[in-house]
Amino acid sequence: MGGSLDTTDESRSTAGATTRSDHPVVVCLEDVTKIFEDAPAVDDLNLEIYDGEFFSLLGPSGCGKTTTLRMIGGFEEPTSGRILLGGREVTYLAPYHRDVNTVFQSYALFPHLNVFDNVAFGLRRKKLTKVEVARRVGSILEIVDLPHYEKRKASQLSGGQQQRVALARALVNEPTLLLLDEPMSALDAKLRRQMQIELKRIQSQVGITFLYVTHDQEEAMTMSDRLAVMRSGKIEGIGSPRDVYDSPSTEFVATFLGASNLLAGTLEAASGALSSVTLTDGTSLSVPHERVPALAGSTTLKVGVRPEKISIGVAGTSVPAGHNALRGRVRVSTFTGVGNQYLVDSVSGTELTVYAQNIGQELAPRSGDEVVLTWPIEHTFAVVPMTGSNDEESTNDEE
Amino acid sequence: MSVQDRTDTAATSRPERPARRRRKLGRFVLPTYSWLVIAYLVFPIALMIIYSFNRVVGGLQQVSFSWNGFTTQWYRQWSNVPGLTSSFWLSIRLALVSTLIATVLGTLLAIALVRYRSNKFRGKVAVEQVLFLNIAAPEIVMGASLLGLFVTFNVARGFLTLVLAHVMFSIAYVTVTVRARLSGFDRSLEEAAYDLGANPLTTFRLVTLPLIMPGVLAGALMAFALSIDDFVTSNFVSGTAPPFPVWVYGATRVGIPPQVFVFGTFIFMVGIAFAVMSIVLSRKKS
Ligand SMILES: Nc1ncnc2c1ncn2[C@@H]1O[C@H](COP(=O)(O)OP(=O)(O)OP(=O)(O)O)[C@@H](O)[C@H]1O
Ligand SMILES: [Mg+2]
Repeated sequence: MGGSLDTTDESRSTAGATTRSDHPVVVCLEDVTKIFEDAPAVDDLNLEIYDGEFFSLLGPSGCGKTTTLRMIGGFEEPTSGRILLGGREVTYLAPYHRDVNTVFQSYALFPHLNVFDNVAFGLRRKKLTKVEVARRVGSILEIVDLPHYEKRKASQLSGGQQQRVALARALVNEPTLLLLDEPMSALDAKLRRQMQIELKRIQSQVGITFLYVTHDQEEAMTMSDRLAVMRSGKIEGIGSPRDVYDSPSTEFVATFLGASNLLAGTLEAASGALSSVTLTDGTSLSVPHERVPALAGSTTLKVGVRPEKISIGVAGTSVPAGHNALRGRVRVSTFTGVGNQYLVDSVSGTELTVYAQNIGQELAPRSGDEVVLTWPIEHTFAVVPMTGSNDEESTNDEE
Repeated sequence: MSVQDRTDTAATSRPERPARRRRKLGRFVLPTYSWLVIAYLVFPIALMIIYSFNRVVGGLQQVSFSWNGFTTQWYRQWSNVPGLTSSFWLSIRLALVSTLIATVLGTLLAIALVRYRSNKFRGKVAVEQVLFLNIAAPEIVMGASLLGLFVTFNVARGFLTLVLAHVMFSIAYVTVTVRARLSGFDRSLEEAAYDLGANPLTTFRLVTLPLIMPGVLAGALMAFALSIDDFVTSNFVSGTAPPFPVWVYGATRVGIPPQVFVFGTFIFMVGIAFAVMSIVLSRKKS
């Protein structure tokens, strides 16, 4: 967050401790398409996941996350494209020949077997000795914190315990890749938070690559080394959570991952590192050049800024250097404890949301007050206005 | 606290009054009705069991329904009627063989019907219709047509034709029973098994079959019971050696030997034993 405007590189380097692009590629999807009854569920998808990372697929319901996972697991065959696991093509390989294990959304524990036999199922298929099976089952149950539950039936476990057994059953095989399809969706909020921490701990302990599917953006951001935001079978944004959050590549990503204020404008000529965008009312905003997407012919775009990046001041406050500014009038001011949330009608006609932290310094503007909104230029981004159907939008309101 | 209790009891006792009246009614009507049904169903069987202990007077050894005194003679001499004993063993063998075949085929058919949609399983709808017809069609029609078939194609009537006929009429019952069990089956369990490295055969053996076993057993029991007591079809397709029900029917014209009641009692007891066993097993499970 320093003075440098070269934010893309900056955020890369802060996330560098967790991205592993120098590691070998574990899974590679090349132009993968899956068509169900002539509608594509996954549309020309390209994806690489690196060894040891915690990667999340995030997106609204029906965007093709499960389908992607099932194709990697071998339960679904792509209509076209290739899937490589550890460099080997597995596109049409049966699931029982793949070095991949899955934690199913419904857990899919075998109801007629006890915990031990559930966990040992995969090891026994590999013809390990009895002693070795017992040793490995014991140690994985230790890791998932269920040491004395071997004799229990799956139905005699709580939801969280069942989830741990499902995790243990997959992990005990030491796969090169673990697929998890919304494993938390059956848990209540509190247990969910607890299991998120647990899952992260287990992942770093066993060092296995995780491909995690969720439609909870907060969950994806807190847990992942990298994530991809999917929409209608396509990846719209990919990178570390910070990258994707701070420089969303499309309007959809900007609104799906957190909240964004988006202002329609036209791109003017660039000057040096900054591009200038003129809003409908004539206000000019600066956007770091590398955050302006390639516009195919047209010059209309949307300028975005996250609500927490904006400072709110009474009208007439001087604008610091290197900041964008926009005048407006407070419509609603809400005290939320940790801060204030404002809805501001800007002069450009767009309503902006502003979060101000409660640090007890200034007098909060009240509704009706004329204000000026300022934010650092490096926190400004631009996206191509969303075209096509807006039907998915209704399903991905902020949680 | 006490105030709370009082209001609680007051609140619950008020709406209870009509319910209690209904319950009083239920206390008499329902049990009476149940006992009547039980009596209706069990009376003929009880009569058979009682008369299996009846002494026979006169030279001919055949059952009569006048009580001549208690004896266990027929139990001691259970195998003294040669045709009867061999027909009984034939029926047992027939039931075992046809149940085995019908259970295997019926189970596989049920799996196919549940697993594949009609775009992949051509003729699925036709199979379903035929199964229904098979259950609904009068046995006399099937028996007569089978006889016609065997005669036309010059197939000697005997054990083979009996097995063919019995498999034919029990397969639909097995399929229907197993299919009911399969329709609640979570397919992700099989996917989980594949995921853990089990091939389809291992998955069937270790996951699918154990889970649908109750349905398969129920279907097998039904097939066995259908086979053991089948008369109509068997009468058409049996050769010189008739199975038990056909033999008994033939005997009624000359007089039923008392041993028939002994065998009848035995079959009934085995049935009771199965029923009790299934109740005990299902109790244990829940
Ligand atoms: N077996 C199938 N047959 C036909 N259409 C399917 C099938 N499976 C998925 N689809 C369709 O493909 C699209 C993507 O489904 P998918 O299950 O991958 O979504 P998802 O991202 O996992 O959604 P959710 O968050 O609700 O689980 C949906 O429109 C769905 O209706
Ligand atoms: Mg899904």
